Amino acid sequence: MVSGAPSKIDTVVIGAGHSGLAMSYCLSHRGIEHVVLERSDVANSWRTERWDSLRLLTPNWQSRLPGLAYEGDDPDGFMTVPEVIEFVDHYADVISAPIQTRTTVTSVCCAGDGYQVDTDRGTWKCRAIVVASGACNVASVPAIASSAPSSIAMVTPLDYRNPDQLKEGGVLVVGASATGTQLADEIHRSGRPVTLAVGEHVRMPRVYRGRDIQWWMDAAGVLDEHYDQVDDIKRARNVPSPQLAGSPGRSTLDLNALTGIGVKLIGRLAGIKNRKGQFSGSLRNNCALADLKMNRLLNTIDEWVSENGLDNEVSPPHRFAATTVEKSPPLDLDLSNGQIQTIVWATGFHPDYSWLGVPVLDRKGEIRHEGGVVDSPGMYLMGMTFLRRRKSSFIHGAGDDARDLSDHLTSYLANTISNADSILQAGANK
Amino acid sequence: MTDKKVDNGVDVEFLLGAREMLTEAPEGAQFQWRAKCDWVYGTHSKTSVEGFFGLGEEQNHKTEHTFDADHPEVFSSEDHGATPVEIVLAGLASCLTASVAAVAQHREIQLNSVSATLEGGMDIQGILGIDSDVRNGFDGIKVTYNIDADASKEDIEALVAQAQKRSAVYDIITNPTNVTVEVS
Repeated sequence: MVSGAPSKIDTVVIGAGHSGLAMSYCLSHRGIEHVVLERSDVANSWRTERWDSLRLLTPNWQSRLPGLAYEGDDPDGFMTVPEVIEFVDHYADVISAPIQTRTTVTSVCCAGDGYQVDTDRGTWKCRAIVVASGACNVASVPAIASSAPSSIAMVTPLDYRNPDQLKEGGVLVVGASATGTQLADEIHRSGRPVTLAVGEHVRMPRVYRGRDIQWWMDAAGVLDEHYDQVDDIKRARNVPSPQLAGSPGRSTLDLNALTGIGVKLIGRLAGIKNRKGQFSGSLRNNCALADLKMNRLLNTIDEWVSENGLDNEVSPPHRFAATTVEKSPPLDLDLSNGQIQTIVWATGFHPDYSWLGVPVLDRKGEIRHEGGVVDSPGMYLMGMTFLRRRKSSFIHGAGDDARDLSDHLTSYLANTISNADSILQAGANK
Repeated sequence: MTDKKVDNGVDVEFLLGAREMLTEAPEGAQFQWRAKCDWVYGTHSKTSVEGFFGLGEEQNHKTEHTFDADHPEVFSSEDHGATPVEIVLAGLASCLTASVAAVAQHREIQLNSVSATLEGGMDIQGILGIDSDVRNGFDGIKVTYNIDADASKEDIEALVAQAQKRSAVYDIITNPTNVTVEVS
């Protein structure tokens, strides 16, 4: 169907990742006619935009979507990327999602009381639309990258596959979230000495009191915290991902682990001038803040354990050593003397909304929404950090969000139908 | 535990209101701070501040404030005022301390006393041009807070950490800033 009249449908879901599929399941369950449009294949970004060694940050038992629980024999393990692809593929089959793959959405705009969705394979008209096209389409690289000397190779986590693709020699990894710490670890172990530029970050142990940190956050209700329960949701949505890795040995990947293998820590990259990187003198405070916040999380867990009378069932509470920072970390780094050959920009990601013609973007280019209900009637958003709950961006977070938002969508469709009916009725009664 | 209202003298309601308002109208958040400096004699100068720009229009302090700066007698100066680098320490200390008070108010922590001691180390071989490997400025600044507040040690540490995160002068000192000096 390349040309001809637009197809009409109640709802279009954009993106067949775990979020779009969870939504598809809930819509089917509520009898809402819909199609899931996917630019490539199911779980495309897992197939094409992930590095080789990556594993999920969440243990296997947490890999659950509405209508599908983890069925394997390693509940405490962490899925590799091929396993995630298989899991999401399998989910699409199990729920018989109405997916149209290899269909790239080229524009979405308002049309009458709904939306028009143009694709490279025809046009759809719909009354409701779900944007589940992902939070990490584009690597965010700061503007100062353009000041780096041309002798320096630069790579983002979306292009990075493994250390072998990097030149021999030193590597500056910018950013110390889950991505930055994982890449710093494997690149340094490959014999390329890593300097890690550290700004604000979130420190977490992999295992605490004998259980996975995700288990604790799940049990203590931290992951279920609602977007309207937190003090400052804007801030909460911008918190970097925790320094966690899903390794088979369940080891903690914090800054102390990295300095333990020889990674050098340096402050947040603040500028590049005269072929030198300039780094903030705030490293100590950023580490102190992360230590304090981690201890607050551990306090929450300890309180939960006591309140639930579980103190005798798990190992006793303890605290981790404060992050070690050298007395006077360097404030600059020569980028032209050959010591640094590559910069890895682990400075976050952002969505690509270049196709979105509905005026819902704020001045930072983010979609205006209230817990996923977008500021345009009948439009919904899925899969963003802390969309409705702290777990929203995790695989297991998609279920609850999809249930809530599909309920909202269902009643939106019902109400607009009854409005249209009553207008017709009013017309007929004249 | 009495429900005595925490009062550190910071109008947090106002600040939160301003934050909301300036989120809607970010152009109002564009401020320009100014100072005017006149050389007096020797290393003595007088700097005054009065007007600034913010919230979309010209603003004024209630009155003009002036600062004498000079160098001590060991530099063969007349010591009419603080050394400029000491004024930098004063700026950092007062900015961090204001930030401590504001964050404490927001977190409902009653402050009883707050004092900070600042030490900035400097090798003056830099400014005297003896050794080009030595920078002119501080080789590090150490701030030590002594805080008496109705809160745990951990909460006080968190307060001081957050205060650094929100301080303008802390940012100015820890990060590079482009400085343009022209002669008109």
